[in-house]
Amino acid sequence: MLTIASLKKGQSGIIKDFPVDIVPLKLLEMGCLPGNVVRLVQIAPFKDPLYLDINGSHLAIRLETAEKIEIELI
Amino acid sequence: MIKHINVALLGNPNTGKTSVFNRLTGLNQKVGNYPGITVEKKVGSCKFGKTCKVHVLDLPGTYSLNASSLDENVVIELLLNKNDKNFPDVAVVVADVENLKRNLLLFTQIKDLGIPAILAINMADRMKSKAISLDIPSLEKKLNTKIALISSRKNIGFDYLKELIENYNRLSTKPCLNASSISPEYFDRLRNAFPNQDLYKLWLVITQDVNFGKLDRKDFQGVATFQTESVSNLKRLQQKETVARYKFINETLKETLHIDSANATDLRSRLDRVLTHKVWGYVIFFGILLLIFQAIFDWSEYPMDFIDRSFAALGEWTKTNLPAGQFTNLISEGVIPGIGGIVIFIPQIAFLFLFISILEESGYMSRVVFLMDKLMRRFGLSGKSVVPLVAGTACAIPAIMATRNIENWKERLITILVTPFTTCAARLPVYLIIIALVIPDTRVLGIFSLQGLTLMFMYALGFGAAIFSAWILDKILKIQTKSFFLVEMPNYKLPLPKNVLITMVEKTKAFVIGAGKIILAISIILWVLASYGPNNFNNAETIVTNQYASQNITDEELANHIESYKLEHSYIGRIGHAIEPAVRPLGYDWKIGIALVSSFAAREVFVGTLATIYSVGSDDEQTIKSRMKAEVNPVLGGPLFNFASGISLLLFYAFAMQCMSTLAIVKRETNSWKWPMWQLVVMTAIAYVLSLAAYQILK
Repeated sequence: MLTIASLKKGQSGIIKDFPVDIVPLKLLEMGCLPGNVVRLVQIAPFKDPLYLDINGSHLAIRLETAEKIEIELI
Repeated sequence: MIKHINVALLGNPNTGKTSVFNRLTGLNQKVGNYPGITVEKKVGSCKFGKTCKVHVLDLPGTYSLNASSLDENVVIELLLNKNDKNFPDVAVVVADVENLKRNLLLFTQIKDLGIPAILAINMADRMKSKAISLDIPSLEKKLNTKIALISSRKNIGFDYLKELIENYNRLSTKPCLNASSISPEYFDRLRNAFPNQDLYKLWLVITQDVNFGKLDRKDFQGVATFQTESVSNLKRLQQKETVARYKFINETLKETLHIDSANATDLRSRLDRVLTHKVWGYVIFFGILLLIFQAIFDWSEYPMDFIDRSFAALGEWTKTNLPAGQFTNLISEGVIPGIGGIVIFIPQIAFLFLFISILEESGYMSRVVFLMDKLMRRFGLSGKSVVPLVAGTACAIPAIMATRNIENWKERLITILVTPFTTCAARLPVYLIIIALVIPDTRVLGIFSLQGLTLMFMYALGFGAAIFSAWILDKILKIQTKSFFLVEMPNYKLPLPKNVLITMVEKTKAFVIGAGKIILAISIILWVLASYGPNNFNNAETIVTNQYASQNITDEELANHIESYKLEHSYIGRIGHAIEPAVRPLGYDWKIGIALVSSFAAREVFVGTLATIYSVGSDDEQTIKSRMKAEVNPVLGGPLFNFASGISLLLFYAFAMQCMSTLAIVKRETNSWKWPMWQLVVMTAIAYVLSLAAYQILK
């Protein structure tokens, strides 16, 4: 399964799906919704957390959350 | 007739909401707390012309009305409570023009509550450089509202915003979205159960309780227990609501907002590349930390010296100019040194908040969090723990309050528990005087002062103790929390001097008043305990005069002997003698024992207490130092402050939990006495054992 965690720096994908109970509502409110484009802007020095641009929102989440969010490469 | 209008300022974090607040109210603002919780409440007022008085409430930044932290909860609690005296007549929702899509989510929710809402689109001065164009009339129509394009940086659009606020009753209260469309069947059930209530409010109350725990609500009795859906189904419905809102927003903005995204490689990505670089990122961060320490411990020395001298002079002045008596003594020996003991920390605290507010305003703090998260997590902390740990070098109280944005409860609790280990400003005077006494004033390798190195080591010890105990706590605390971490990476901004200044002034004021009350009270109590005593205390003069009658001593020496005799037989002297058996194995006598006990109120009291105890009239460091040097160990002979007892004292102050104000804040932030008591006992036990070991080995 391709997830946000499988993106390389600078790569983008389209969010497909994620488990409702694990991914917090706050992330959805920041624009992390199915159909939206996510771009991996930067990876922190120890490979975690990830700095993302989701639908114009710039934010960082941990790898363990990123691994739950399924995407499709574009 | 003067018209009063209640305005609530709402908006996402990083939209410049506070600058808008500052623009509207100037310095005419008050920072307090919401009853029972430590969320900052900022209220300000201003006048529009002669007939209209506006009260502005600056609410904590929030991404939506679905609260997940104490700060955000304040927003929703207010908006659900029509009887609150701060309930807004009109809400001003501040949005960032570059993040309009996300910012509108909150706006649609507020609109759906039926509260008249104005949309204030901030940072409008950036539209040109970012190639953003907005069709305001059409957007106003679609959102059923009035829009003010403003720039708090350039002071644009505020006249129009004020005009909109003044005429708030012309605003439409029509909702943006029909919330019940996300599950008609569930909302029908809700309507049948509570026919007289607003459906969207009911829905917020229910989901609020799911997310945040049950709260008392008079207006909505029985709603909290009405669920008839599983928690995960309710969560799914909330997601559906968010999706529906974004759908509405996307459709709205599709026709009204145009961004020419050709100039995407901007300053942000270039700065990010350097500031979050695996080498340069850390180098820059530690460079900034060094600068902060330099400011706190070097630059603030000058104003601190000045304050110290001024208060000493003031005390002297009252003593000579007020009629002699116990009241004058209380003022000159209790109250003035007490207030001086608080005021002296203002320069350090102000410098610290100056830097922290610059780092936060500029957007750099988020990069630090991003950079440090993985490292900190190894010790059970979060990247967001960096701010409290750095702030802890000034004072643990604001530091512990700064842990609020840590989402994960276990990480937050550990941060709260270990923050008091970092060396706060109050420990500095204690360290300075002991180091000056027991560490030789020599140079290592010809350049570094050994005393300076010792001081640096004490700071490293504080951080080390914090990190190490965090690691232990992470292993032993069994708390199941969903690990979750989210930090917004805002655009870099040049901090507005006015905002930085206001933050600095407000935070310093809060510290001085909050901590000051306790320090002042303690110094008065100490003065009373040291100035009164049973039996022999009252006959001190005759006893001492007789004792030294045969010896040839000056009047001044005699007066000093009377003072110390009085002290030994005062109430505090009795207490000191009672606890002496407990502190003797650490190398201390009863006088240090008293200083230790009074330090449990606040550490900086140590030097002042010793000053009183050693019957030195003033707080002048040199005299205290020479008196301390001359003290003789009652059991072993030889100087009382030698290398062994000095190290033992340093260690005690490094580890012991000696601050009532910190305990009170921990109680408030963790909502239980369990954790502060735990801190008090464990930290003090560690301090005792280490000091004991150090003294017994080095003796």
